[in-house]
Amino acid sequence: MDAYIEQAGLGQILAKVRNGERLTLADGRALYHHPNILALGYLANIVRERTNGNQAFFIYNQHINYSNICTNLCKFCAFGKEKGHALAYEMTVEEVKDKVRLRLDEPISEIHMVGGIHPDLPFSYYLDLLRGIKEVRPEVHIQAFTCVEIHHLAQLAGKPVDHTLRDLVDAGLGSLPGGGAEVFSPRIRQMTCEKKLSGEGWLEVAKTAHRQGLHTNATMLYGHIETVDERLEHLDALRCAQDETNGFLAFIPLAFHPKNTEMAEHATTTGISDLKNIAISRLMLDNFPHIKAYWVMIGPKLAQVALAFGADDMDGTVKEEVITHMAGAETAQAMGHKTLIRLIREAGRQPVQRDTLYKVLATY
Amino acid sequence: MQKIIRKIEAAQRIDGEDFLRLEQEADLHQLGFLANAVRLRLHPEPVVTYVIDRNINYTDICISACKFCAFFKAPEEGGGQVLTRAELAQKIAETQELGGTQILLQGGLHPDKPLEFYEEMLRFMKATGIHIHGFSPPEIVHFSRLADLPIPKVIERLMAAGLDSIPGGGAEILNNRVRRELAPNKCDADQWIEVMAVAHDLGLRTTATMMFGHIETMAERLEHLQRVRDLQDRTGGFTAFIPWPFQPDHTPLAAARTIEKTTAISYLRMLALSRIFLDNVRNIQASWVTQGPKIAQLSLFFGANDFGSTMIEENVVAAAGVRFRLSEEEIRRLVTDAGFRPQQRLMDYTPV
Repeated sequence: MDAYIEQAGLGQILAKVRNGERLTLADGRALYHHPNILALGYLANIVRERTNGNQAFFIYNQHINYSNICTNLCKFCAFGKEKGHALAYEMTVEEVKDKVRLRLDEPISEIHMVGGIHPDLPFSYYLDLLRGIKEVRPEVHIQAFTCVEIHHLAQLAGKPVDHTLRDLVDAGLGSLPGGGAEVFSPRIRQMTCEKKLSGEGWLEVAKTAHRQGLHTNATMLYGHIETVDERLEHLDALRCAQDETNGFLAFIPLAFHPKNTEMAEHATTTGISDLKNIAISRLMLDNFPHIKAYWVMIGPKLAQVALAFGADDMDGTVKEEVITHMAGAETAQAMGHKTLIRLIREAGRQPVQRDTLYKVLATY
Repeated sequence: MQKIIRKIEAAQRIDGEDFLRLEQEADLHQLGFLANAVRLRLHPEPVVTYVIDRNINYTDICISACKFCAFFKAPEEGGGQVLTRAELAQKIAETQELGGTQILLQGGLHPDKPLEFYEEMLRFMKATGIHIHGFSPPEIVHFSRLADLPIPKVIERLMAAGLDSIPGGGAEILNNRVRRELAPNKCDADQWIEVMAVAHDLGLRTTATMMFGHIETMAERLEHLQRVRDLQDRTGGFTAFIPWPFQPDHTPLAAARTIEKTTAISYLRMLALSRIFLDNVRNIQASWVTQGPKIAQLSLFFGANDFGSTMIEENVVAAAGVRFRLSEEEIRRLVTDAGFRPQQRLMDYTPV
């Protein structure tokens, strides 16, 4: 099928991809502006199969959002609420432990926990959260607190980020999720989330975590006011950081969900734009081991298709997803692992149940 | 495989054996590229068409009791309805206000309404000037049985009363093993083909559908496509082919046995295979009603050149638990975003 790629005017990029050469930002631009999604998928699939063969990963995980109270109040977010707002909530450590306890009979290997930038919970609360979860479920891996939260926690602790991370690890933290990256561009942050940690700050926390031996993920929130160049600069910044520290595991493109946000006038992302972002991130992020198609964000149907367009991971069973659903996501809040396995199999891939660090737990 | 690929690229017809080989061995990318090449050969202009219409189901009372259907009410169970004139008139008026050009008129196989009832319904609706795309082959066969009239006579009378074209519903899988198991009271495969042949001979254009992903084998899907292609070779009367996967929720079939819902990838593969095999059917429709907007948009690269209808009203798929809604504006946005020009059309694909 290489002839189709050459016909589509992507012969040079195809040659680079086959040789494992790094794509330039100009290549990325040509890909974003290219009208044929099949060609992008084909190119991305070359990298995907070289990196991950025929495997498609999923995880048995539990999401817990300890609080939605947030001082950042980003315009693209429907989850964060001011303290005192009718929909604001915060869980006590005991409540979080109960959530974990309720599902002890399930083979959950990861707890994914993020929240807002809370104005007055003390650092000890976060340490207690981690310790509490570990008390109830000692074997579980806790992937918690985005780089934005870590930066906030370091301020609360009055310590540098590396020391703060050490305390959190001692209390049970296993790795960091990739949220809060949004789009690194100062223009976008100024217009949509001016109180949030800067792009540079985000990358600095991630790299610090990597140097501490912690793995982290990375994300990009696309489909609002960002330009193609801003997306590519974002991907390039991640690629450079990964060259330095090699601590990122997965990149997860996140589709903007406008409902109930201050940017509700925007349309939802389309299937083509979702696949484009997956394919192009697979092609640009040549040093990232994994690209995740997060089914909660783009729907299980498209996430399945994405396994042929660059993605090698469908995330997991995800119970009680709140953040995207407050922004109008119409997907279910949980998907049984049997359904995930079937979707992967029908995509012609081998289903692999993994742990957070991509250790194979079972193949199907 | 290379031989088959070369055939397709050279615009040569593939046979059943080629089809089964492709189905077994081609990956999603290959099927996409090949179907897209066939589509671009038939439609070199970057245009994607759609029709503004509304489904009107004149009754949900049905003696067919198909096991895959969540919409019908058996006559003895009660609670079924036949739409009144006032309801029909209001639905048509709403459609025309939204720029709609046609009504997709289908209903259950009502146990005792005479042919005159349908003729009067057509005359009443036709007074509005709207195009009536109505009565799938099982309905026409049913009318012919009740009236004890031959099929050509029934179609002629319906045409005289205002019928403009016939929808391709009720085809399910055109294989009698499948039909005996799922829909024993419905017209058989030969009768479905006969109605379409007669309609084409009488000058009516029709569409053809295929509902797959239940108990049928791949060979039976092929048989279905082969029958459509053979008739099209003879008459040229089909304007479009519309494949869509069985939606199992709330259906007796899904209650009786485990049937896994067709996944997006299996849908896209079947769509592409249909585009490649049916080289003599000009248009292939995406099924956003069953697949949602994201996969429907993507299907424009897997052989589909038509977004189907805005379906101001849809009841049958909705009864099976799937409720996607798309406005005309949203269809146009999805088509444009995929790199095509959206174009409203009529049933026979002339632009509006």
